[in-house]
Amino acid sequence: MSLDKNTVAKVANLARIRVEEKDLEPMASELNAILGWIEQLSEVNTDDVAPMTSVADMQLRWRHDEITDGGYQAEIVANAPSEEEGFFAVPKVIE
Amino acid sequence: MSDLTKLKIAEARDGLKDGKFSSRELIAAHLTAMDSARGMNAYITETLDKAVDGATQSDDRRAKGDVGKLEGIPLAIKDLFCTKGVLTTAASHILDGFKPQYESTVTTNLWNEGAVMLGKVNLDEFAMGSSNETSFYGNVVNPWRRTTDDQPLVPGGSSGGSASAVASNIAMGATGTDTGGSIRQPAAFTGIVGMKPTYGRCSRWGVVAFASSLDQAGPMTRSVQDAAIMLEAMCGFDPKDSTSVDMAVPNFEAALTGDIRGLKVGIPKEYRLDGISSEISALWEKGIEWLKNAGAEIVDISLPHTKYALPAYYIIAPAEASSNLARYDGVRFGLRVEGEDLDDMYSKTRGEGFGEEVKRRLLIGTYALSAGYYDAYYLKAQKVRARIAEDFKQAYKSVDVILTPTTPSAAFAFGEKGDDPLEMYLNDVFTVPASLAGLPGISVPAGLSADGLPLGLQILGRPFDEETVLRAAGVLEKAADFTATPTDWWRG
Repeated sequence: MSLDKNTVAKVANLARIRVEEKDLEPMASELNAILGWIEQLSEVNTDDVAPMTSVADMQLRWRHDEITDGGYQAEIVANAPSEEEGFFAVPKVIE
Repeated sequence: MSDLTKLKIAEARDGLKDGKFSSRELIAAHLTAMDSARGMNAYITETLDKAVDGATQSDDRRAKGDVGKLEGIPLAIKDLFCTKGVLTTAASHILDGFKPQYESTVTTNLWNEGAVMLGKVNLDEFAMGSSNETSFYGNVVNPWRRTTDDQPLVPGGSSGGSASAVASNIAMGATGTDTGGSIRQPAAFTGIVGMKPTYGRCSRWGVVAFASSLDQAGPMTRSVQDAAIMLEAMCGFDPKDSTSVDMAVPNFEAALTGDIRGLKVGIPKEYRLDGISSEISALWEKGIEWLKNAGAEIVDISLPHTKYALPAYYIIAPAEASSNLARYDGVRFGLRVEGEDLDDMYSKTRGEGFGEEVKRRLLIGTYALSAGYYDAYYLKAQKVRARIAEDFKQAYKSVDVILTPTTPSAAFAFGEKGDDPLEMYLNDVFTVPASLAGLPGISVPAGLSADGLPLGLQILGRPFDEETVLRAAGVLEKAADFTATPTDWWRG
């Protein structure tokens, strides 16, 4: 699996990271070097191995579905680059 | 009074208790030392007023007999922990101006035990790096220099500011976080002790997330005893972190009995890498001798999938990061770069706000999770991770702890490994496997390289058996008798 310039552009778009046109090619070769090195994972026999999804042997806890927190709108928006009347403000989405 | 900064936490605790000095004096000595060490760039934000207020309050509490485990002790906090009302950057441009409205659980625990914050220390951007060269706030310099030249060296990473601050006596201890070695590797590079506890010991709540199945906070100190004291104050069950483990916190300091007779110490053959420096091999041999002389039984073990830990890590960590870092969108906090529309604003904000290494990892992670590649990369890596964890499980049937070097080399110069990301990643070859398995590990300074740089040995333990890890580390520390300190060139 080798990444070309177009795939990097596509992935960058998926990640919502602007990458300049001139940087796509060097980025592709860097990512290919890393992915090439990662290919060695295919040497490991993982037939019948369940993927590790929990680090410690533990079960996730249950909790009651109840409100335990909240009621501080001003704090929530305190760090917003743009805020209007207690809401996060973003560029217009709907025409 | 400047020698107050040279005290270890345990010594300062006794001095404060005996009334030899106050917390205010202790803090003042540190603030003066910090002032003269700015060239090291260890701190991103110094919280002078908070430190003085904190010390005054601590002295008041002590006068009333209300004394916590870290009462009056000055600490540096890695700038990945959210601290209420204090700039928290993760060393990234994208968190410009972010002042959390809440306090992380780990720092809350520290303040509840009386600790006093000196400031927020530098790191690799979002903790992604092994040399502290990816920080938006500039490189941190290692207080150590080679005896052969004056070239500035990296402190390791990602907890490079924490490591340099503790090693140069401008903090008595510091918090670090370890995802693939970010506590243990910089501790080794700067001649201090760094401990990553078992995944689940310390709450991740309020710590800026990198890779959530790997991130763990831990202490960085100048002795094993100090690490035990600080860890005890940091950890504990937290319902706000779904992977926090509901277990009683042991008295870690009491585990330092100095007695390891009969302890079974595993030596994994797969860690004898080709190309490892002969100094590191020799130090490892010494460590084996020290533990054997103290009555431990040395057992050769095999961890067959060691070689695959790094490549598995470089899928899993970036994949989790690509999900965690999706929150930086220019809407709720930090940097916003305006665009033509919402999508354009996202892309521009993230394109400008993230540094090169972070972008590289986010793209790898996004690719590994994208349709058509998920099974080949992410699922495969998670299966390999299961095999690595199984290796350790098997090994711990015959041994109690495992002894390895912490790093394949001593600290290096800036730019020396900057060109090739893969070469940089290899720094963590000895620390990443235990991270993937969620195991506790500690790095103890154990000797000097031929050109005078500190080298560390690592002890790994069973899940939630930090006590045995600390006990073995204490014996190693005593035998190594590492007393070297860097010359304080930064005072000019």
